[in-house]
Formats: sequence, C-alpha cells, structure tokens
Amino acid sequence: MTAPTRKQMHLAAHFPGVNNTTVWTDPRSKSQIEFSSFEHLARTAERGRFDFFFLAEGLRLREHKGRIHDLDVVGRPESLTVLSALAAVTDRLGLAATVNATFNEPYELARRLATLDHLSDGRAAWNVVTSSDAFTGENFRRGGYLDRADLPRALGSARTRGTPYTRAAEFVATARELWDTWTPDGTPRPFRHQGQHFTIEGEFTVPRSPQGHPVVIQAGDSPAGREFAASAADVIFTRHGTLEAGRTFYTDVKARLAKYGRQPEDLKIMPGVTFVLGDSDAEAQESAAEIRRQQISPQNAILALEQVWGRDLSSYDPDGPLPEIDPDPDSGLVQGRVRIGHQLAVAARWRALSEAKGLSIRQTVIETTGRQSFIGRPETVASELIEFVSTDAADGFILVPHLTPGGLDEFVDRVVPLLQERGAFRSEYTGLTLRSHLGLADPVGKD
Amino acid sequence: MSATNGLHLAAEIGGPPHYDARHYVELARLAERGALDFVTLGDSFARPGPDALAVLSRVAPATRRIGLVPTVTTTHTEPFHVSSAVATLDWVSRGRAGWSADVSTTEAEARLFGRRSAAPAAELWREAGETADVAARLWDSWEDDAEIRDVATGRFIDRDKLHYVDFEGATFTVRGPAIVPRPPQGHPVTVIDGTGGPSQEAAARHADVVLVRATAPEQAAGIRADVRRRAAAYGRDPDTLRVLVALTVDLGDAETAPEPGLESGPPLAAGGSYYRGGPVDLAELIARWHRAGAVDGFHLTPITPERDLERIVNGTVALLQHRSLFRTFYPGGTLREHLGLARPANRYALAEART
Repeated sequence: MTAPTRKQMHLAAHFPGVNNTTVWTDPRSKSQIEFSSFEHLARTAERGRFDFFFLAEGLRLREHKGRIHDLDVVGRPESLTVLSALAAVTDRLGLAATVNATFNEPYELARRLATLDHLSDGRAAWNVVTSSDAFTGENFRRGGYLDRADLPRALGSARTRGTPYTRAAEFVATARELWDTWTPDGTPRPFRHQGQHFTIEGEFTVPRSPQGHPVVIQAGDSPAGREFAASAADVIFTRHGTLEAGRTFYTDVKARLAKYGRQPEDLKIMPGVTFVLGDSDAEAQESAAEIRRQQISPQNAILALEQVWGRDLSSYDPDGPLPEIDPDPDSGLVQGRVRIGHQLAVAARWRALSEAKGLSIRQTVIETTGRQSFIGRPETVASELIEFVSTDAADGFILVPHLTPGGLDEFVDRVVPLLQERGAFRSEYTGLTLRSHLGLADPVGKD
Repeated sequence: MSATNGLHLAAEIGGPPHYDARHYVELARLAERGALDFVTLGDSFARPGPDALAVLSRVAPATRRIGLVPTVTTTHTEPFHVSSAVATLDWVSRGRAGWSADVSTTEAEARLFGRRSAAPAAELWREAGETADVAARLWDSWEDDAEIRDVATGRFIDRDKLHYVDFEGATFTVRGPAIVPRPPQGHPVTVIDGTGGPSQEAAARHADVVLVRATAPEQAAGIRADVRRRAAAYGRDPDTLRVLVALTVDLGDAETAPEPGLESGPPLAAGGSYYRGGPVDLAELIARWHRAGAVDGFHLTPITPERDLERIVNGTVALLQHRSLFRTFYPGGTLREHLGLARPANRYALAEART
C-alpha cells in the first residue's frame, strides 16, 4: 500500500563510539578506528537511501577519578578527514561532522567545510557544538585565553550558558558571510567581519560550494540551544525518544522559527534513537535486555553510581544494594563528560526504585539508563517510526546502532523496505545534495 | 660524503586551483602508476585553493600505494587539531600519510584569523618545530597495543598505555593524550622545506624528508652533508633523513628546447631551481646526481601538472626504471616503507621498557 502524500521521514546514521551504547564485547564488533569500519556503515546507510552519515567529536579523553576512563570505547579519528575520505566511496549520502565552535576559528573551519562540500559534490554538513570547559581547553591555544576573555562575560549571568552560544552564533554567522563572499559567477569579494568574538578580514579562498552553505546541524536541548537552532540551524539533533516529549519539543521549537522569518519546514527535528530488532516482538525485547546487560557491565554499573554519588564506590559489589551514604555533588570526580544534573534527586530516585523492586546496583543502573528507543519486529519498529513522524513528534531520526560497523545492516535490510512500501521514506534519491534530501531550500547567495 | 640508497621521487600536484576531486585523483593515480614515493599538495590560507589535507583524504581511497603529503601550516592552527588530522589521514590511507609543515608569515593571513599579528619567519619556524614536536608526542601518546578489549575486566583500553604529553612550548601548551590512536606508521612522515634560512633548524630537528635547493650536484652534496650534520647534532641518526632536491620542471617544449638543462630560474611557486628541457634529459640529470651520491632523490614541481606529470611518469620515470635506477612496483604498503624509513619506536613504551 503506497500513500504518496504521507509526510516523508528523514533518516541518518550515527557512527557509534566513545560511550557505553557500543557493545564492544560482542564478537561481531570490529575496529572503531579503521577506515573499513566507517566505509561499511556509510555504504550501508547509502544502500538504505539515508539522508546523512553523522560523526561525533571528542577533544579530550574522558577521565574518571583523575584517570583516563577505560571501560568504554576510547579514541576516534578526526571527523572532517574521515568524511573527506568517505566522499570517495559514497555518491549521495550526506556527510555530517561534529566540530566544536569554541576550539576552532571561523576562517579555517569555513574553508574545511566548503572544501568537503566541493569534494562531495554538495553533501557536507556541520553539527555545531560548543564548550566552556577548561578541562578540554587544556589541549588548545584557545584554552589559554578562554578563562580570561570569555568567562568574565558569563559570570553572574546564569553561569556560562549564554557565552558559548553567543560565540557559536557569531561563529556560524561569520562562516555564512565567508561562504557568501564568492558571487555565483565565481568572483571573489573581500570580506570584513567585526563582532564581539571575531574581527577578521581578507579574501575567502574557496568559491561558492555546491550547496552554497553546508547544512548546519545543532545539538542541544536547553532554551538557549533551541533558540540558536531556530535562528541558525537546518537540523536539530535532540534526545527526545518518547512520543509525548517529542511532540512537546517539536511544537516548542517550530514555534520559535517565525520570529526569525523562517518556516516550520526550514528546520528538521531529528532525535538520536537506538533500536533492537527481532523475528518477534518478544524476541526483540529479550535481545534488548541482553544488550543492556552488555552495555552496563559490572564495572560500568559502579562507574554510573560514582557519577551520581561523586564518590569512590569501587569497594561496593555491583550485585549488592545501593550505598547508604549520601552523594557528594561537588567532588569533581568525573571530568570530560556530560554531568548528570541534580545528583541528590537522581540518587533518591534510584534508591526508591531499588527498594521497591529489590534491585541490585547493576540492575538499578540497567533499569534507569540506556533503554533502547524502538524495540520489536521490523513491522513494529516501522509502524512506531511512522507514527512519530506522522504525528509531528519528529521529522526523522538519527539512528545509533550498538554494533560497529554492522549494526545498521539489519535495519536497512528489514525496516527500510517496510518504510518504503508504506510511502514514508524514499526508495531512490531524487536529488544530488544533502539539502535536496532534506527538502531544504538553497541559501540565497548575494550577487 | 655518505652514500645514498635507493632513489626517491615525489611530485607536487597542485597548480591553478581546482575544487573537484576528480582532477586530483587522476594526477595522484598517474603518479602512482610511476611508483613515485609520494605526491604533495601545496596549501596556504592566503591564495585560492581547497584545503589540501581534505583533498588528499578524498584521494586516499581512490589510490592504493602512493604517499599523500599535504601542506599544513602551523601559525594560525591548533597543534592538537593538526596532529589529529594528520594522524587521521594516515588511518584513512592505511599508512600513506605525511605532512609538509609550513608557516604563515603575512599580515594578510593574520587578519583572516584576527588572533595574533604577523611575526618574523624565524619565530614562526620555532613554533612550527614545536608543533611538529608535540604532534609526534601525541602520536606516541597511545602505545600501539593500548586497545585491549579485555572482557574479563570490562576494560576497552589499558590506560597505563596512554600518556599525557604535558607539552609546554613558547606559544602553546597541550595536555594530551591524543584522541586518535597511534596511526599505522607510528609517525606520519614529516616533510620540511629546509634550504637555509629560518626553516633549517626545524628541518634538521624534526623532518623525515628535507627538501633542499641546488643547481649543481656538488652544491647539493654540500647541503645534504650540512643537513645531516645538523640532524646528528640533535641526536638523530642522519640515515633516518631523506634529502630531496626540489626542482620546478617545465617539460613543455621537450624536444625543441635549444638548451635543455637546469637553470637558476625566476622563483616559481615555492621558488628555487628550475629545469627546462625534455623528460629524457631530466632522467639523465636525476641519474647523474643520484649516482654521484649528492641526493636521496628529487621533489619535482611541474609547472603544468596535467602535461608535465604525464611526461615525468611516461618519459623520465620509465627511463629510470628501464635502467634499473628506480623501482617498477611498490614492495611495501606505507610511505615509510617507500622511503626506506623504519616505523619509529614509541618514546613512552621505550621509557617504560628502560625502567
């Protein structure tokens, strides 16, 4: 049954790594670093007619208790370089790199992104993230003056919230100015940008790229992040994996667009989601539970507990009860990863759950973290994905497989054909560029 | 005069800027057909052209053996990013990466970034040397066997095999370790143009391949001996260096040029020595200089890459191969293997082994 008028879904593939989503203990789990792994996942995504392939970024290895965290996947190659290489082994797939706006400079990054857009014939995307983190800054020149130049502005005003987005917003605007400096007929014009964060001038060395502006993705759910996305992004990468939360977020973000003179369809909302498939719904649920056990090893359970408690709990038995001592939220035990907010509240919730259900430490952590978004036989998962999109809880999904690099194979072989049969997802690419896949208008160049 | 071993040949594939990948893929494949050690792609923030490292990353999966050496400038970039990108080029090319370190001396380039003013070349080359130093430390910051995937203990890595570099230079500090695991070659190949002037010390201290300029074999031999002496003064084994003469070549009127041969020409592109003549005479020149022990090889910059590279490969290289002076196939897979350079030991693993 084809329903050609059905709202079309957008799909992207996240290369999994540097987290405990990736089940590296599985014998099918291969290299997180070798190019062959990236090639496999990208080719699979393109075979499934996905919109784009997505790479995350890390600029400092995570630490736990002052030492490098050693339980999860660690290390990854640099995104834009990997994507430039992937442009050689794919034809249509969008290529999205997460690149920090705090520890880069607009001229250099705009040039690298425009180059990728040329080399891929119009498939480049940039996921803009920020950091106000002096821990990460220790690897950078910029780290040296982050405190001096940026933090004073942030102090007294909701901590650092405004500052990274202020810099990021000016960064994106500056990149767009640079991408617009070449006229459509190929004449470079000098640019001059004078702002709060950047005062630069000269000539941009790369002519207007096939997409005009590479696609801009923004990740982050805070009000400042939503506002930034509404003003400047083409895609927002969210975490809302339930229908209700998704609809609320969708309505909120789409409503913010009008004040920037933008239409609802100018910004695509794509939550990052996980999935587990099986021949029956029950079998998929069973696999999902097993995957959660693999993701939360005994050691990872203690680590998760220490993150909430802010204390060294290495003497505790992961199969035993939760600690009776209270958390220490100010300990600074954990570095280089997103902190779980409201540690005291989380601890209270975990205790209540553990007591109510008689759960051990590891069981409690498994219950409270890392639950998969879509679980079931292919028909079940396809129906749920379609429901999300058709009821405006999302415009599409960034799928995060739990295996590298084969974790997307089954989805592409078994779910994508169902989405296509039901008219919810393309059977062939109709355009050449990522903007075309996403149904985004080309940015208007200045003449 | 110390003996040279096999002849090494490299070619620049940049010219008037192109932005489509196909142009560069074709030139790199042509050079690969000639079994050249590596191709270079020049870069600068100040003139039209795409990002060279991205271009050669795009070329990597479309080639199999040839070394890939983009110019990477160190003045306005973050040393940590430079180290990560070059290591990643080595991963995506499966051990064929190098980088040609350079500096940005002009006020125009400084204004593109707005972070610092233009500085004297000597100062910037000291910083470039520090960037090469910290890059190598970051490449070593993961020991080769750091990834253990030990299911019993739940540990993906052995963190005792990861190391903070705690580098303190004059203009930057880097804590480390790298994000990118140690690349296939251990250290991608560092190339520095080091004829006299401010880049000389950085070249002697940090480069695996030093490009020099000379108009006669005796002069080249003298420069090579000087580079090797300076390297030795830094505690390096001079045999871990390859000294290539940089030559701009014009093979345009091959058969009709009245006086084929080497000229001290006007500074073209990177400047320096200029050869105009036929591919056969170029082969004669290369063979003569190399046989005299004056150089380890040549880095050729064709003034018109599409035309001259074809003549270099099908004329000059074919003749050198016919005379058994140059390889006809790649016996190894990595750029270090082409150059006859060993994979460097990891300084941190060595330090542990000693204690």
